[in-house]
Amino acid sequence: MVGLEHYLTVAAALFVIGIFGLFLNRKNIIIILMSIEMILLSVNINLVAFSSFMGDLTGQIFTMLVLTVAAAEAAIGLAILVSFFRNRGTIDVEDVNVMKG
Amino acid sequence: MTSTDFSIVLPEVLLAIYGMAALVFAVYTGKDKLSGLVTWLTAAVFVIVALWIGLGGQGSRAAFGGLFIDDAFSRFGKVGVLLAGAAVLVMSHDFLEKRGFAKFEYPILVLFSTIGMMVMVSAGDLMSLYLGLELMSLSLYVIASFRRDSVKSTEAGLKYFVLGSLSSGLLLYGSSLIYGFSGTTSFAGIVTVVQGNVPLGVLFGLIFVMTGLAFKVSAVPFHMWTPDVYEGAPTPTTAFFATAPKLAAMGLFARVLFDAFGGVPGDWQQVLAVIAVASMFWGAFAGIGQTNIKRLMAYSSITHMGFALMGLAAANAEGVQSAMVYMAIYVAMNIGAFAFIMTMERDGKPVTDLSALNLYWRVSPTKALAVLVLFFSLAGVPPMLGFFAKFSVLMAAWNAGLTWLAIFGVIASVIAAFYYLRVVYYIYFGSEVEPLDNTKSPVAFALLAVSALIMLVGIVNMFGVDGMAAIAADALVK
Repeated sequence: MVGLEHYLTVAAALFVIGIFGLFLNRKNIIIILMSIEMILLSVNINLVAFSSFMGDLTGQIFTMLVLTVAAAEAAIGLAILVSFFRNRGTIDVEDVNVMKG
Repeated sequence: MTSTDFSIVLPEVLLAIYGMAALVFAVYTGKDKLSGLVTWLTAAVFVIVALWIGLGGQGSRAAFGGLFIDDAFSRFGKVGVLLAGAAVLVMSHDFLEKRGFAKFEYPILVLFSTIGMMVMVSAGDLMSLYLGLELMSLSLYVIASFRRDSVKSTEAGLKYFVLGSLSSGLLLYGSSLIYGFSGTTSFAGIVTVVQGNVPLGVLFGLIFVMTGLAFKVSAVPFHMWTPDVYEGAPTPTTAFFATAPKLAAMGLFARVLFDAFGGVPGDWQQVLAVIAVASMFWGAFAGIGQTNIKRLMAYSSITHMGFALMGLAAANAEGVQSAMVYMAIYVAMNIGAFAFIMTMERDGKPVTDLSALNLYWRVSPTKALAVLVLFFSLAGVPPMLGFFAKFSVLMAAWNAGLTWLAIFGVIASVIAAFYYLRVVYYIYFGSEVEPLDNTKSPVAFALLAVSALIMLVGIVNMFGVDGMAAIAADALVK
């Protein structure tokens, strides 16, 4: 029997993989965008699982909103990435270093 | 029922319609030739809506089943955000035009992010919180990288985007946990579930949500994006970042903590106090070594956020009142400071080096005097308004029994005073360097002068902001 905790475990695992993908990845900014997407999807799994196990629709409505916003976010992220690439000629994470903070 | 709901969100709806209409109109007619018109029109609309909300609003009302709340607190936040947005818009036009990127999309993006901020301070539910926050952030990512042909600007946009999305993700994961373990997403529902003992899942969620919001107000340890984004983004964008979004994010922070978790202040008070101390000290120490005035302002805003969070950490109406007064004064000071930074140029090129300010008083004694007043006020030197802002949060923390927090606050403000005073020192007693231009920018100069005057005249009665913040705080903290 697959219970709520299984879904939550998968979501938590995806979330943690996404966070690590953001910080440990040294190669490519596209991978960062994928990690962000993964974080948002892990949240969706969480919300749908809770919603289904509580018999409450709010979580699924929330999921729809998150999906829409995630699409907008990906579009803006890629647009910024493209204009960055035009200026810098590279999308290596290590080359995002004109300013040091 | 639906018509009442719409009458409550009418300001936001009308602003959104205006934004879309202006966008379509400008695309089909003059495009970038209209940027001046759109800028001034948008600023005028901001001021009108601010007056409408500020003078017309009464009582507390909730729309769409509690998703959207209109009360004294949200009105305070909205008026502040709209006025800050209008001031930043009118002062940035000259700058943008001179550098040849006065595009009509700029004021419209500022408008959309302002609508997002208005939704944020009115949020009554985790869903409207998220949507408002994203509407604000997505527009801000774009205006950070607005200068498409500049490596610095696009890099700033990219960094802001990546870290901002991470913070949204953390906030969202927290929201999902709160929803799952309390069974509801509305703040009013959460506060009834969370009484006395907090379920562990909700506590985890609360910490995640606080992390996400700490990113947005750039509080230590989630501040690392701030200096880079402030430095890289075009100066008008930096001016906007330093004012309206900070006010809105602080309002949202207060709203989540008091509306949804007001019953269990013990669970978030200590976290907030630690974040506040870390922000005050890190901002104060790291600012000392800066040579770029935009980076300096970034560390300054980190320190200021620490002080405002100290007010929230007091966890009572007095604390919220002091935090809101602090934010209002902070925004007024920053508008003046950035109006000056925008006019810093040599041979027509923008300069952000601190050393360029050496002996600036010879170039323009009036501007130098206004900057002196503003930087004294930022440092919290007694006769200026900035001192009373700091004093009120320190008193709130002291009265709430957070004596250690107040003591740390005083120490941090003394350390931070060093770098503000250094700017003033350069202006009056610095060494000989090639002087800056005496830029003619009437709007920026007017805002600089008004902001400096507010810091001096405001000590009489703070223009009633204190009383309004008290009403706002009473509406929030029941």
